[in-house]
Amino acid sequence: MLESYIPIFMMLGAAALFGLVMVKLNEWLGPRRPSAEKLSTYESGMEPVRTARERFSIKFYMVAVLFIIFDIEVVFLYPWAVAFNELGMMGFVTMFVFILILLVGYFYVWRKGALEWD
Amino acid sequence: MNLIEPLVKVVLILAVMLTLVILLVYSERRISAFIQNRIGPNRVGPKGILQAVADVVKLLMKEDIVPKNANKPIHDLAPMISIGVAMSTFAVIPIGGTMVLLGQSVRLMLADVNIGILYILALTSMGVYGITLAGWSSNSKYSLLGGLRSSAQLISYELSMGLSIVGVLLIAGTLQLDGIVQAQSAYIGGWLPAWNVFLQPVAFVTFVVSAFAETNRLPFDLPEAEPELVGGYHTEYSGLKFGLFMLSEYVNLVVASAIIVTLFLGGYSVPFAEYMNLSAQTVSLIQVLTFCVKTAGVILFFVVIRWTLPRFRYDQLMDLGWKVMLPIALANLVVTGFILAAFS
Amino acid sequence: MDFTTIVFYLFAAITLGSGAVVVFSRNIVHSAFSLLFAFFGVAGLYVLLLADFLAVTQLLIYVGGILVLLIFGVMLTSSVIDVQIKTGTVQVLPALFIVGALAAALLTVFWSTEWKVLPDPPAVDTTAPQIGELLLTTYLLPFEIASVILLVALVGAAMIARREKQA
Repeated sequence: MLESYIPIFMMLGAAALFGLVMVKLNEWLGPRRPSAEKLSTYESGMEPVRTARERFSIKFYMVAVLFIIFDIEVVFLYPWAVAFNELGMMGFVTMFVFILILLVGYFYVWRKGALEWD
Repeated sequence: MNLIEPLVKVVLILAVMLTLVILLVYSERRISAFIQNRIGPNRVGPKGILQAVADVVKLLMKEDIVPKNANKPIHDLAPMISIGVAMSTFAVIPIGGTMVLLGQSVRLMLADVNIGILYILALTSMGVYGITLAGWSSNSKYSLLGGLRSSAQLISYELSMGLSIVGVLLIAGTLQLDGIVQAQSAYIGGWLPAWNVFLQPVAFVTFVVSAFAETNRLPFDLPEAEPELVGGYHTEYSGLKFGLFMLSEYVNLVVASAIIVTLFLGGYSVPFAEYMNLSAQTVSLIQVLTFCVKTAGVILFFVVIRWTLPRFRYDQLMDLGWKVMLPIALANLVVTGFILAAFS
Repeated sequence: MDFTTIVFYLFAAITLGSGAVVVFSRNIVHSAFSLLFAFFGVAGLYVLLLADFLAVTQLLIYVGGILVLLIFGVMLTSSVIDVQIKTGTVQVLPALFIVGALAAALLTVFWSTEWKVLPDPPAVDTTAPQIGELLLTTYLLPFEIASVILLVALVGAAMIARREKQA
């Protein structure tokens, strides 16, 4: 099994190397004429106002929290799906209970308005 | 252990991807011009076919501007992550069976991993970092918001993507992409190819929609919604670092199309080829061609959609992901599981 | 030294190196970010242990989910980002004591364990179907409890969202 992963490691290495070479090549080939205006942050032509390290909406954080929970659920589904033939109806019922419990949570979260964006 | 063969394949994948992207950028510009009743690029080379090459050379010679307030190491690293992840995803996709080349029998895929489909999902989930870090390291408000929006969008649609794959896995019973293709080479009722698009139409739709969102293509290209966010996460990028983001976007498009073909459109399998009495070598040649044609078809679909539909609003996009796609994909897999369990 | 050993040390170096950056970096975003490479290295080690499904799960959940959450969290607390967080200068003595005790405990366990070394790696094909079968038969109860725990987490998430609405 391990042999099948060696090409993967090679691919990952080669792809990372490709990115590195391209960035370095550009740094080497391109001109370098910095000026204060050029290096300032773009803000539609105005002087940048305050820093960009602003606080942002907690909604993004919420999406990440919900994502992790459902992602874990999905990961549990993969081994079930590939072992499905051996497990049969019993496997389906147990997995259905698993999904049902999470569906309760899903609709609770929906009702509580955690899925509303605005 | 033979390391030459995978090395050759790795180099080939990189080279073919680059060529494909250059062709793709050119054809997308020509097609969009056709749709919008313009001419499109027609000056560089015959019919403008070298336009994209000229663009790459231009980007390569441009100044690499890093804003004063930016975080230089991460600003450099972000495009490398994006392109590295995009290119590596192709490693597990089978483009054909086996073929005899130079007296050797060669598998027409780089790595036949047992958990191929999960490898693709895992790498897709790493793609978020290129975008988030680009947005954060630029120290620009547009970039930060673009990066945040994009990562929230990517992780939301990753769920429905993962869930729609489960339906396919239930039918194929394996995580190996070659096995999934093999499972689709049978026939339903003796005449209809057992492609998952026929067996799992709902999963097909949810997967394709999620793929649009994952590749940041219209109608889901909110990360770079020009009217509100200028360039989104790559506002502060120039030169080839910007080019690498563009490149990875197009590589993602090619890879997503290849995955759609592999999972739902029968992959490299050619229906009824076994009745035609062809030599094994011819069959594998036809398989590769079929795979290319199918993938090109899906890519064309992506391109035409991009120039046809308007963009979603961000709240619509999140609603669609969490309140429509997720329940549909979940319901589809429960129904599929029930049918399979009841009738087997 | 054979090929597998070299790969093992490569991944171990990636994991430990990025782990060190996580602890010692003075920029909290750099810390959070090098966790990405630490998780990646651990996934590589799982592959070497022939635990392919676990490796992918590591990437899917830790890299794809938990670390995104962490980075969002770090970015949300904007006031912290540009503050140079000093490491290693506060409460050196208690920290040394705790770390020493922990290291001693771990090393004791490490040396006292009789490691079973298989002569050949077992010829496993893929672990996912076995994991699925075991989860839904032998370990059915923990599996269903896992869903209850996830439900609790969902309810908690809804609580955060509701509080935000009132504010």
